Amino acid sequence: MNKKTAVVLLVACTGLAPLTASAEANPLIEKGRDIAFDRSKGNCLACHAMEKGESPGTIGPPLMMMDTRYPDKERLRAQIWDSTRFNPNTAMPPFGRHAILSEQEIDAVVAYVSSL
Amino acid sequence: MKRLILGVALAALAPMAAMAGPAEDVQQYREFFMRKFPGVQMQEFSNGAYAIDADARANWEQIEEFPPYEVDIDEGKKLFETPFANGKTYSSCFPNGGIGIATDYPRWDRDRGEVETLALAVNRCREKNGEQPLGYNKGPIAKVLAYMAYTSRGKPTNVVVPADDPRALEAYEDGKKFYFTRRGQLNFACSTCHFDNSGQMIRSERLSPALGHTSHWPVYRAKWGEIGTLHRRFGGCNKQVRAKPFAPQSEEYRNLEYFLTHMSNGISANGPGARK
Repeated sequence: MNKKTAVVLLVACTGLAPLTASAEANPLIEKGRDIAFDRSKGNCLACHAMEKGESPGTIGPPLMMMDTRYPDKERLRAQIWDSTRFNPNTAMPPFGRHAILSEQEIDAVVAYVSSL
Repeated sequence: MKRLILGVALAALAPMAAMAGPAEDVQQYREFFMRKFPGVQMQEFSNGAYAIDADARANWEQIEEFPPYEVDIDEGKKLFETPFANGKTYSSCFPNGGIGIATDYPRWDRDRGEVETLALAVNRCREKNGEQPLGYNKGPIAKVLAYMAYTSRGKPTNVVVPADDPRALEAYEDGKKFYFTRRGQLNFACSTCHFDNSGQMIRSERLSPALGHTSHWPVYRAKWGEIGTLHRRFGGCNKQVRAKPFAPQSEEYRNLEYFLTHMSNGISANGPGARK
């Protein structure tokens, strides 16, 4: 490896590392992911494709670029809490209104989904 | 965008359906599914998800080569032909001796003013002849029904909602309302999965279209490891959306069966069936 390549790699790695590390190390995001993947909890994969999620369903849109799609986290939270407010025909369960998840669990899911 | 169009289509359907009768409903539901799954012939809908999923179909066709329900047909035939303690058999209770008549059920029972399913008729036959009624979810009743369904294979579903008895239409409308009403903690109607989102994947399962849903019961379900009845499946669906299931053969489920089977009028019976 020549010196120049090494520098480029080093820069690339340091540039990437903090991003990944923050997602991995954020316990709220990790908790949110566990809830999202758990079939008896969020079970988001039943309908949505998500990073690292196996055999996702196709009923809802893939969850990606969520920061761009929902710059306002409160709006995203409202969507998860009761999406029938925004679309009466939606298939999405009203996770907050029907107490499928607790308020704390929804906070964690919002943190995780926003990170996608 | 596809979802938007469907939503609009359903919204457009609703007010028309409110004015129309059962015959118009059938026409609309049929057209809805034919548009949703272009190229799928109407009779094909009797095969459920296998009508629209080539991979799952190949797997299912292999299973159908040695049908897991075959033994149930044989045992059901034996049960059907074995005389009760009084010497009579099931055939004494049904038109045509009970052969090839499953497609006429559920039927409107004018005397009692209620929907009579074939399962209910089987138990009424037993009680009339001094026998104990059978449990409705599985076991002997599913086998008797399997045999009766088998003798009806190839016949078109023919559920009648008599126009001259408003109570029949009421029962039909009650079943229809059940079908389109959200329930349970997860807030799903039957139609959420089997109308609007039929054909989509829920996790790794293909959601089957409502059209043809009743053609192949009772069903040997791999998940059950045995043959079971339509009302057992209704109960399972309700539990899956975290709703309290109704009792098998409750008025709710009988009316639901009335509506759902009527929707498949004209589709040939192919029960009993095998499903995942």
